[in-house]
Amino acid sequence: MSDVMKKATRESYGEALTALAEKYENLVVLDADLAAATKTGIFKKAYPDRHFDCGIAEANMMGVAAGLAATGMVPFASSFAMFAAGRAFEIVRNSIGYPHLNVKIGATHAGISVGEDGATHQCCEDIALMRTIPGMVILNPADDIEAKAAVEAAINWDGPVYCRFGRLAVPVINTNADYKFEIGKGITLRDGNDVTIVATGLMVCEALEAAEALAKDGIHARVINIHTIKPLDTELIQAAAKETGCIITCEEHSIIGGLGSAVAECVAESCPVPVHRIGVNDTYGYSGPAVALLKEFGLCADNIVKVTKAALAK
Amino acid sequence: MDELIRLQLQKTACRVRMGIIEGVYNAKSGHPGGSLSIADLLTYLYSVMNVDPKNPDMPERDRLVLSKGHTAPALYSVLAERGFFPKEELKSLRHIGALLQGHPCIHIPGVDMSSGSLGQGISTAVGMALSGKHRSQDYRVYTILGDGEIQEGQVWEAAMFAAHYGLDNLVAIVDNNGLQIDGKITDVCSPEPITDKFAAFGWHVITMNAHDFDDIERAFREAESISGQPVAIIQKSVKGKGVSFMENQVGWHGAAPNQEQYEQAMSELSAELERLEALA
Repeated sequence: MSDVMKKATRESYGEALTALAEKYENLVVLDADLAAATKTGIFKKAYPDRHFDCGIAEANMMGVAAGLAATGMVPFASSFAMFAAGRAFEIVRNSIGYPHLNVKIGATHAGISVGEDGATHQCCEDIALMRTIPGMVILNPADDIEAKAAVEAAINWDGPVYCRFGRLAVPVINTNADYKFEIGKGITLRDGNDVTIVATGLMVCEALEAAEALAKDGIHARVINIHTIKPLDTELIQAAAKETGCIITCEEHSIIGGLGSAVAECVAESCPVPVHRIGVNDTYGYSGPAVALLKEFGLCADNIVKVTKAALAK
Repeated sequence: MDELIRLQLQKTACRVRMGIIEGVYNAKSGHPGGSLSIADLLTYLYSVMNVDPKNPDMPERDRLVLSKGHTAPALYSVLAERGFFPKEELKSLRHIGALLQGHPCIHIPGVDMSSGSLGQGISTAVGMALSGKHRSQDYRVYTILGDGEIQEGQVWEAAMFAAHYGLDNLVAIVDNNGLQIDGKITDVCSPEPITDKFAAFGWHVITMNAHDFDDIERAFREAESISGQPVAIIQKSVKGKGVSFMENQVGWHGAAPNQEQYEQAMSELSAELERLEALA
């Protein structure tokens, strides 16, 4: 897919905030000394009066965001996923989640595609953590177009939203003219009745590639893009379970607590079919170039093909 | 301070203390010591703050975040005195299905922020103050911290931020009663010298006698005159103030009185109220 345009969704995040600033005058942005990396620096350059650097103090940043929201502002609190969801978890839970405040969390550098910085910065637990907070919406866009749509949808959603973005440039795939982003609504990208591949984030592109390869071997896989992990599109997942009888989930996140868990929980309660989870297998990451790491961890089309064939052979 | 106003405040504070005891007794749990130590402070603040019980969400209102949220009985008792909800609600504090939760909840009329996980309230107050500055609104924001609470690192993140952004619409009051759950603050893990710490973080610092309305008024007038930096008021207080057997006793940090103790506390406070009423 070398001819396809690529962009990191963190870049889309910074650009979307900037593009939407005029339309949404209550929008403000917080960062914790990472504006250059989270790309809120793009917003800061255009709207310096609406960007507040909190320094390296994520706990306070989340509390400040709560206070801003309590007075009618729409703050985007930005940091790496590790610090936004991990370090500040309890503040997000008690100061944002419990009072159900209109705070948007822009968490970049999610997953192992952080690359060379290694395990301390590769957050594969954030979706699991955020899923446990009642009322928290979790968005994990697949590409530039979806990331920008997610930012605007988050602004228009009344309540806390966790938006997950990546560091690695990924192919732009949602180029259909009729592309529509709706919180809580999964998108069927490819039809098929032999198996369903449910993917989120940068794994959506890999899932499409895997489905293409599987088709050559006569296996017709349905591909669903779940950009909203919570609330999950249970109708779409249940229909896929009924109609295809087997689900493969793909995420750049721990196999514990993320998309795979959410799908398995949903299916187990209503229409039990085998669910095979592709993700980070309850282990830490390590340093290396992002693309090579994704392959190492099986977060690639080749491995999806392998897992799918093995699942269907059972 | 005008004598009649002082007397009025003293009487209100006495009723607030009775409400605290009523609430904690009926809940059979809660935190009377630190509630009683801020009863005068809250009584004063809710006599000067721009709030409207009939319109608790009024956008231009002054705001108060009880960062030391475990002392919710004091806040609830003051809000009930001000008419935000019936005093009767205090009797079902902490009960299943009750309005009044164990720690402040934003959905209770008059409560500006959910709080109670220590160290977090001050950050949310800072956010409210930043919002006011950003939009040129002239409301003021108050937050009350425990002297044990400031052991939390987040407090100092917030302190650094508030000074950096020059939030002179923010006043943080530290309730310096000297006791926390495990004992004296200076024995547990000393946060002293508190005044020097806030000064070093760029705050204007005022010390105040927490149980003297003239001094409380002096401190808040000084706070209002400060521009360009946030204000910390370190109030020297007595934990359990107003109930003889609770004063300066660490055991009353988080314990409810039994019936006999409840009756004694209420009789002491009633006697004080009668004494004050006789002065009028």
